[in-house]
Amino acid sequence: MDRALPQPTPETQHFWDGCAAQELRLQRCGECQDSYFPPRPFCPKCGSRQVEIYRASGKATLYSYVINHRPRPDMGTEPHSIAVVELAEGPRMMTNIVGCPQTPEALVLDMPLEVTFESFGAITLPFFKPAEA
Amino acid sequence: MTPGSIAVVGAAETTRLGKIPDMSVIGLHADAALNAMADAGLKASDIDGVATAGASPVEIAHYLGITPTWADGTAVGGCSFMLHVRHAAAAIAEGLCNTVLITHGESGRSRVGAGGFGRSPSSLMGQFEMPYGVTSPPTMFTIPVLRYLKARGYTVEDLATVSVIQREWAAKNPRASFKDPISVADVLNSPMIAWPFRMLMCCLVTDGGGALILTRAERARDFPQRPVYILGAGESVETPMVSQMEDFTSSKAFRVSGKKAFAEAGIGHADVDHLMIYDAFAHLPLYGLEDLGFCEPGEAAAFIRDRNTAPGGKLPLNTNGGGLSYMHSGMYGMYALQESVRQMRGIAPAQVPGAKISVCHGVGGMFAASGTVIFTNEAP
Repeated sequence: MDRALPQPTPETQHFWDGCAAQELRLQRCGECQDSYFPPRPFCPKCGSRQVEIYRASGKATLYSYVINHRPRPDMGTEPHSIAVVELAEGPRMMTNIVGCPQTPEALVLDMPLEVTFESFGAITLPFFKPAEA
Repeated sequence: MTPGSIAVVGAAETTRLGKIPDMSVIGLHADAALNAMADAGLKASDIDGVATAGASPVEIAHYLGITPTWADGTAVGGCSFMLHVRHAAAAIAEGLCNTVLITHGESGRSRVGAGGFGRSPSSLMGQFEMPYGVTSPPTMFTIPVLRYLKARGYTVEDLATVSVIQREWAAKNPRASFKDPISVADVLNSPMIAWPFRMLMCCLVTDGGGALILTRAERARDFPQRPVYILGAGESVETPMVSQMEDFTSSKAFRVSGKKAFAEAGIGHADVDHLMIYDAFAHLPLYGLEDLGFCEPGEAAAFIRDRNTAPGGKLPLNTNGGGLSYMHSGMYGMYALQESVRQMRGIAPAQVPGAKISVCHGVGGMFAASGTVIFTNEAP
């Protein structure tokens, strides 16, 4: 059983192209300067269509999470985190925290994180790992 | 809708609840609908409005032999039936129809004639949440909770206490799935589902259904049961993605829906005798008490721990045992509504003596939607 992979749409293609290029891409409103996620061709705050795509810093903090203990053959055999991170630019996104034990002791709210990428065939997913000091 | 101008004149659940492997989804809808019609002394030919979720109102109308002049298929998850009550009240008040049947049926455990939970991989959830192992409620509804606990200073023991007290209510209900008493330690020693959630902090998965019949209050006296009047209602929706909730410590949909319902009903919190808060997981009653305004943020856990919502407390909450102990077919909102109606009729197994106003608050999806209905048994 394979991991559930996204099927990009015209409105989100730039995000997935960015991941393939090892870049986390966000969008920002040209009028109100709001950064937002998930991708869409207009600003969710003010409705302007004048939006730009930019490369985000990849820095984030751990906002909230669970550690799933139910069987998920597509996610491996061990308990795994499902997390929401808060990006340095403001928006939050769902991800998995990788590169550390999947335990409450290792996963501390507000800990600094940085983006990392892993490819699954044609799709590259963004994950987050503890930031290097 | 003028407060009190529309009444519930028929209400029933399926004949059986729990494991019902010999009935399909449509069969559960029909069993509940026939029971509600019998309760109201009506036939299918007396119904001219149909609302449902999980099935199409077309399927239900045709299956039961109803020719409606009004249909509503609003499907926003488990609180859809609260929204149906609100929409039906408006439709009856506007003269679009006279007598509305709202049905629910779900083969949550046995999965007989049931659809899947699949979401398109091109949807926003499919692209930005599902790849991380997010597909079912135990790994979705629970996502905001560690942030909530930290922000409020609550603990996993506070979550467990919700389950323990609801089991006390379930013990009084012969139709509850789980009736044996549990302790906080029992909850914290039950199998880990998704940290910080243990099995006994998660709802049941059962089969069942329920149905309601609404009509104008001035006709209500002609029906065999004690009428239950709709004082006010509210609804809202926020986001299909739990990761994009505006505030992980408070549901915007809860706040908007609750405020609207209380304003329409023209009541204050002190007027409320009985409360239902859809409890798919143990954190929902905590969010609900805060977002509906019964508790200040940060006070809900102590409010429950101090037994205000327990049997004998001043604000009886989830008196059927809730989704945690009574039953939970997947879209539990209908069972919360049924318990509010029973309490207002004065026939609930754990009846709140003298209760006159009941607030019934539902959630849809993972904090995606909300609906609130306020009932009274006092004629307008």
